[in-house]
Amino acid sequence: MNDNAEKRPDNANRSLTGKLLLLAAVMFGFGYLLVPLYDVFCEITGFGGRTNTVAESSRENPDFSRSVRIEFVTTVNEYAPWEFAADRDSMEVTPGKMYYATFTARNLTEGKKVAQAVPSVAPISASGHFKKIECFCFTNQEFQANEERAMPLQFIVDPDLPEFVDTITLQYTFYDTVRVSANDGS
Amino acid sequence: MTTAVAEAQDAHDEHHGPEKGIRRWLFTTNHKDIGTLYLIFSLIMFFIGGAMALVIRSELMQPGLQFVHPEFFNSMTTMHALIMVFGAVMPAFVGLANWMIPMMIGAPDMALPRMNNWSFWILPVAFGILLSTLFMDGGAPAGGWTMYPPLILQTGDAFPFLIFSVHLMGISSIMGAINIIVTILNMRAPDMWLLRMPIFVWCWLITAYLLIAVMPVLAGAVTMLLTDQFFGTSFFLAAGGGDPVMFQHIFWFFGHPEVYIMILPAFGVVSEIIPTFSRKPLFGHDSMVYAASSIAFLSFIVWAHHMFTVGMPLSGQMFFMFATMLIAVPTGVKVFNWVATMWRGAMTFETPMLFALAFVFLFTIGGFSGLMLAIAPADIQYHDTYFVVAHFHYVLVPGSIFALMAGAYYWLPKWTGYMYNESLGKLHFWLSTIFVNLTFFPMHFLGLAGMPRRIPDYSTQFADFNMVASIGALGFGFSQLIFVWVLLTAKKGAKATDRVWEAPRGLEWTVPSPAPYHTFDTPPKGRVMQEAFE
Repeated sequence: MNDNAEKRPDNANRSLTGKLLLLAAVMFGFGYLLVPLYDVFCEITGFGGRTNTVAESSRENPDFSRSVRIEFVTTVNEYAPWEFAADRDSMEVTPGKMYYATFTARNLTEGKKVAQAVPSVAPISASGHFKKIECFCFTNQEFQANEERAMPLQFIVDPDLPEFVDTITLQYTFYDTVRVSANDGS
Repeated sequence: MTTAVAEAQDAHDEHHGPEKGIRRWLFTTNHKDIGTLYLIFSLIMFFIGGAMALVIRSELMQPGLQFVHPEFFNSMTTMHALIMVFGAVMPAFVGLANWMIPMMIGAPDMALPRMNNWSFWILPVAFGILLSTLFMDGGAPAGGWTMYPPLILQTGDAFPFLIFSVHLMGISSIMGAINIIVTILNMRAPDMWLLRMPIFVWCWLITAYLLIAVMPVLAGAVTMLLTDQFFGTSFFLAAGGGDPVMFQHIFWFFGHPEVYIMILPAFGVVSEIIPTFSRKPLFGHDSMVYAASSIAFLSFIVWAHHMFTVGMPLSGQMFFMFATMLIAVPTGVKVFNWVATMWRGAMTFETPMLFALAFVFLFTIGGFSGLMLAIAPADIQYHDTYFVVAHFHYVLVPGSIFALMAGAYYWLPKWTGYMYNESLGKLHFWLSTIFVNLTFFPMHFLGLAGMPRRIPDYSTQFADFNMVASIGALGFGFSQLIFVWVLLTAKKGAKATDRVWEAPRGLEWTVPSPAPYHTFDTPPKGRVMQEAFE
């Protein structure tokens, strides 16, 4: 035992310390791994109102037996110098049919500005069924000084939308991309 | 056992006393010195964080703005939390671990003494940086200790300093935790098999694993904040495709185990003290170990109960609600074990025991309000109100802090070699207990009535209870000066015996009081071990 005690500590301590340091490093990596995991999780569940931000294709397949009310909500981020609103507050739609809506934004400054609209859909159970075919939120929107512009949205509500959903709220937040693009580097 | 130590000191010439002067403290690798440094540091932080709490409570004494600007008020709540969590409670428990774990398992020192020196000396640097932000342009961080990106990214010059100080705190905790695990697993005396280890050591072993598992996750989260701010990433910026809610998930994946990091060692301390003053062995030693392990495991799968209001699928709410409530089972095992330990014991009520008893009672109140908060539909009402403030202060102040005080009084004679002033200790206890309840109990009512947290001003219907809470806070704050008085007069009392108390168990009571600079140079064997655990 005494022999052991003489020899053991140094090696054993070193190897255990190494393992624990490795565990700490792995957990640091795990923190970063949570980012893609969270994305996948949100895409699958629609958690956080996640909705498609690249075009989706969907065929028309109307289900005339029901109608769904779509409500539009617009927000301008705290520091973004825009006016931004939907041309109408809401519309009744038939699932499986293609619809168009327009949103209008105006640059309130005397300089060129680039905006990014970020969409979000509520309730969560509807977010996977609200399909945007074309949307101004898919790309950055460039505005000249004081420019006002109408921006299109084209969408289909999937007929597989759960029965209990009779209202879908589509919300856009308008962000100034300065902070993001200024840091973009390239 | 004293002879064993003396023998060892003669046998090896590398054993010398401490160096003289400041070099002793700067370069020390002795676990007792480092333990002392940790404890003194955390006490200083406790008073700095406490002063900030008094700024908060003074402002809230009456509705309207009296003393400070709202921005500064927000800095105070943020800094108070960061300092108390990372500067006071955690280092204090690491200090106890440093002092006691080697003596409790019969080891000569910590396994990695030089790293031990590092992990302490990083801390004053980290908190020097954090406190310096008070004097920077844009003020100290004011977005809350949870560092929610849309708020914390608005911090002025202080922002990178906040991030780096959190990094340093994390590095220090991780190194401390590695040291504790290696010490416990590799340096135990031959007859100290795992399930014979004192509960304090067990709780720290589990806590250390929690620290290694979650502190790096916090480090990752704040690094993402840093790159979002300065290097063009968009982890949490919605405009760039990020999501601030994701920060909450990552933060609370760290944050929930973190709260057990602050309470498990407290469970350990109390589990040492109650048997001593009940003159009975701890009831259900092994079940305490399993309970602590279950609590640690569950802590990883309940984080989203901090964020029921962000919008979550029903199934998610149900899962996190029930998983959270499940924690009440192992915690209940612990509370019932403490009560069963006291059952028909020959109890006496010295200061450590008083603090430990108050811990059991008041921590349980905090546990119950935690159960109320775990109920997802009810939480939507309680969320971000003073009810939450009342809850976590009940588990942290009469919980963790009382356990620390209990531990300090319990082991103080072993550290100094003299009995502290018992009347002062009792005065400290009674004033603390009365004032802590006066401070935090009314906050339950304020929260249920809808008073939001983190605000410098409030509606007049909340005035009375706020006045009571503020009086309590001032009383509690100033009562803690009695503890300083106790420490300053710690060597004026009667000489302490080696065992100090009438019937303590454990190896630390087999060495002389005060504990010599080096203990257990040769591992304790047979008879010593039996005496310690009879």
